[in-house]
Amino acid sequence: MSAKNNETSPNLGVEVAGLRLKNPVMPASGTFGYGAEYAPFFDLNRLGAIVTKGLSLKPKAGNPTPRIAETEGGMLNAIGLQNVGVDAFVAEKLPLLGSLSTPVIANFFGNSLEEYGEVAARLSDIPEIAACELNISCPNVKKGGIVFGTDPKAAAEVVSLVRSKLSKPLIVKLTPNVTDIALMARAVEEAGADALCCINTLTGMAIDIRSRKPRLANVTGGLSGPAIRPVAVRMVYQASSAVNIPVIGVGGIMTAEDVVEFLIAGATAVQVGTANFIDPCAMIEIIEGLESFCRAEGIDDIRELIGSLRI
Amino acid sequence: MNEQTVKNLKTVVLSNQEVSPGYFRMRILAPGYPGSAKPGHFVMLRVQRSLHPLLRRPFGIFQTGTLPPDCEGQPPKEYLEILYKVVGRGTNLLKDLHQGDRIEVLGPLGRGFSPLLEGREQILVGGGIGLVPLYMLARELVKTTKVRLYMGGRSREDILCVTEFERLGVETYVSTDDGSLGEQGFVTQALERRLDLGSEASLYACGPMPMLDAVQKICAQRCVPLQVSLEALMACGVGACLGCVVKGIGHSEETPRYLCSCKAGPVFDARELAWQKMDKENDYCEGCAS
Repeated sequence: MSAKNNETSPNLGVEVAGLRLKNPVMPASGTFGYGAEYAPFFDLNRLGAIVTKGLSLKPKAGNPTPRIAETEGGMLNAIGLQNVGVDAFVAEKLPLLGSLSTPVIANFFGNSLEEYGEVAARLSDIPEIAACELNISCPNVKKGGIVFGTDPKAAAEVVSLVRSKLSKPLIVKLTPNVTDIALMARAVEEAGADALCCINTLTGMAIDIRSRKPRLANVTGGLSGPAIRPVAVRMVYQASSAVNIPVIGVGGIMTAEDVVEFLIAGATAVQVGTANFIDPCAMIEIIEGLESFCRAEGIDDIRELIGSLRI
Repeated sequence: MNEQTVKNLKTVVLSNQEVSPGYFRMRILAPGYPGSAKPGHFVMLRVQRSLHPLLRRPFGIFQTGTLPPDCEGQPPKEYLEILYKVVGRGTNLLKDLHQGDRIEVLGPLGRGFSPLLEGREQILVGGGIGLVPLYMLARELVKTTKVRLYMGGRSREDILCVTEFERLGVETYVSTDDGSLGEQGFVTQALERRLDLGSEASLYACGPMPMLDAVQKICAQRCVPLQVSLEALMACGVGACLGCVVKGIGHSEETPRYLCSCKAGPVFDARELAWQKMDKENDYCEGCAS
């Protein structure tokens, strides 16, 4: 370690879709509520950004229970995009989020192409929102979500529409449940996305062998947690190699070392999901861990890790 | 109602004993808990930093207390106790912990009981491990009023800690399905007889969902106020994962009214819940841990 590194903190700042983030760490949508749930545990401004639970035009009930099931090294969920809807979000959740200095990214989805456009138009007018993350990848709802995320033409169509309605940076969250992630990444880039987010959960299933019933009421669900990390790292590598826009890596990150792996694979920033459920302060430990890693490795600027894979 | 300070404590086990076949009682060093944990609160425990089990497990707080310090000059040792049934991987790991083993405790969490006194008879109803959150409540209630406990289980081995309730001065009535202890039959039969004597009562219940549903019907018919403590599968315990939701009154597909068991509960006024729409089979997870 050089003397210089002992004196100055390494720079953890990155830039994604025109947003300057003080560090590359943000929560994955749906694992951090609307921020308030975690405010008792740490100063939310320490995060690189905050990503909200997915929003729709009208409130959404979500799926019947059981909605979650633990599996080896992961968990299945089929929450079904339960959310308060845009109006209640603005009235009840935005005051806290708007008071933060860290950028707020609103994740959203629609039940139809038109609704995707309407939500985008609504969010576009809200000054407290720094950027939007378009969900075309939820595996747990019949309409919307993954239907748009598995066909490059349908994905391009929804991204173009949203792009035309939204005057903010647009991040598109992709599903891993496709044959060729690079094809999807390119289609979404060409349609106007400013960044990609890879990956949403992998479709999975678990069965109670005594009752012979599925462990989720929805039968199938989305697998998250450390079990999916190698898949996510592979897809971040493939997607970031295929496009010129930044990629946000997500999938099973538990530690700072996991983040470094994603950065090397090509991610510019990362999202932490399941780890928030296990430890409400997981992201803070990760941010501190990144700083320690950079110091120990003599890295002055974390950006030098991005896409630094040696093959 | 959620004003308590929630902390993630990295702490140690003080003791862990089998109190009945398959049931354990664990005491955990927990500074602050005697002051902050209220009847009905729960904790999320992390037994080890492993991939399997990955998630924490929720446990009702059985009681809190203070022990004298190990040596002079040190502060007294504040602790919490849980009572659990060994049902799955998490509780199997938990049962093997010994004094001095590390454990992480997130809590105290949730909304607890809000006793309704007003000269009413105070009645607690517990089914099996559902007895857990009732002990601290009984300890509070006996300070001002007489308390009765109706306790049910499959067999005598599922009836826990009755003598401890009796030591508080609680009058206890036991029912078992097989008649191996107390009266044979469901706890609700004995409860109905009591309520039909006619004095005004407040009820507090915790146990399997079919029992809670039966108690809820009994109370609704007689206009008796009831608070229930629910158990549910949950990942986070802080209202983020939305895994532990139950349907609130007025719930419909168009006007969803899901309530998080971890945040709006685990204790609910029975009138807050849409009992007819409850996933009765699914919402219950025995012993709060798998």
